[in-house]
Amino acid sequence: MERMALVGTTKGLFLLRGKAGGDWVLEGPALAGEEVYAAGVHRTSRGVRLLAGTASEHWGPVVRLSDDLGATWGEGAAGARVAFPEDSGAALARVWQLCSPGPVDPDVVYAGVEPAALFRSTDGGESFELVRGLWDHPHRPQWDPGGGGLCLHTVLVDPRDGGRLTVAISTGGVYRSDDGGETWRPSNRGIRAVFLPEPDIEFGQCVHKVGRDAGSPDTLFLQHHWGVYRSDDAGDSWTSVGEGLPSDFGFPVVTHPRRADTAYVIPLQSDEYRCTPDGRCRVYRTDDGGRSWTALTAGLPQRDAHLTVLRDGFAADDGDPVGLWFGTRTGDVFASFDDGDTWATVTGHLPPVLTVRALAV
Amino acid sequence: MRVRVHLSSALREHAGGTSIVEVELADAGTPTVAAVLDDLASRFPALGHRLRDEQRRLRPHVNVFVGDDNIRDVGGLDAPVRPGVEISVLPAVSGGDGGDGRTPGPIGSEAVPPSAPQGDTA
Repeated sequence: MERMALVGTTKGLFLLRGKAGGDWVLEGPALAGEEVYAAGVHRTSRGVRLLAGTASEHWGPVVRLSDDLGATWGEGAAGARVAFPEDSGAALARVWQLCSPGPVDPDVVYAGVEPAALFRSTDGGESFELVRGLWDHPHRPQWDPGGGGLCLHTVLVDPRDGGRLTVAISTGGVYRSDDGGETWRPSNRGIRAVFLPEPDIEFGQCVHKVGRDAGSPDTLFLQHHWGVYRSDDAGDSWTSVGEGLPSDFGFPVVTHPRRADTAYVIPLQSDEYRCTPDGRCRVYRTDDGGRSWTALTAGLPQRDAHLTVLRDGFAADDGDPVGLWFGTRTGDVFASFDDGDTWATVTGHLPPVLTVRALAV
Repeated sequence: MRVRVHLSSALREHAGGTSIVEVELADAGTPTVAAVLDDLASRFPALGHRLRDEQRRLRPHVNVFVGDDNIRDVGGLDAPVRPGVEISVLPAVSGGDGGDGRTPGPIGSEAVPPSAPQGDTA
């Protein structure tokens, strides 16, 4: 099975092509010099469209599209890009997330952006429109930026109902809509904001990433600034499942696309030292919904490895067997094709990796 | 009145492949740089949004010169454009890396830049 990975870095987009167990061909950088915070895969009956959320320090942010698996990149229709309406008073800083809901809403692509907002495309990413229901939410003025900016970085669409949306904002927390984005409510009960005097708050948590379980669409896993959580009621309530991890801090959480109760995190030492603990690069997997965690180390550096993996730097592909991929701020990319039991270095010495998305082709 | 706008090489692909664009301005009153950018944006939308954001503010690391004058020194987007002058649009040297905390603000608004410096929470 041929696979490819899109590796978005601070200096452009790199592509990896190859087969599990074989040699990987590195191509790029495409879009050289531009930071690539978001990459997306939009599969339709017409084929595969790749998307990249890029930003040039000089020329600003834009969503790029490729309909030839990364050979060439273009933009959507003129004047129909991800752009805030003039009356919003806002200007796009970055695109942090590009999410294709799949068969439940086959022409839709969502863009999560900074400043925190959600945009929807109904034409496969050609044009986008601001989701007003979230933008006009009365909580929005109270959301504060995290270290990376005030970003909406996670978009999950219920595979049973395209109108049921979950987003996560740093720092605003998790918000849900059951009506296609018309109305939203915070969904953070149980997530403790220990950086505040009163940690049990309705919203304002620094949620880093959320993933949906393969077995039950109402089961979610969440990496918070402090702690890992699970919800079995689509986010209505959350329970800590971080016991057994070496740290409560980390950025990504990835769920296995086919195995229920299976999720992965990459703990970092602490809020103050955001590198892999003890100089050891370890991915942690739970096979029982968070009740226990197993350190996965085979093939990963276990000495003097002070690595950082950002919230979108870890992803599962749609191949069989599943490929797990992650990139580091020091330019390494690792992959596993046996559910994380063993890993291999795919490439290294890239610019800092911001996002990884991979697919079977 | 017609003025010539010289574009950075990085912008040519967004302006029909040319590095010099002629802009026709109304003769009434004194046209401004904003009017020049409006004309460019209407003809070349992908060029327009690379120069100004949605609030029509000049991007922080884009420099526009009227003759030899950086418009940041002569009135910003309201800088007058007089007959015979040539305009240049160039990338600022400050924009190559980012995150240095010295980003100039966008021109055209008192608002602060929309993006915080890049941190670890990407």
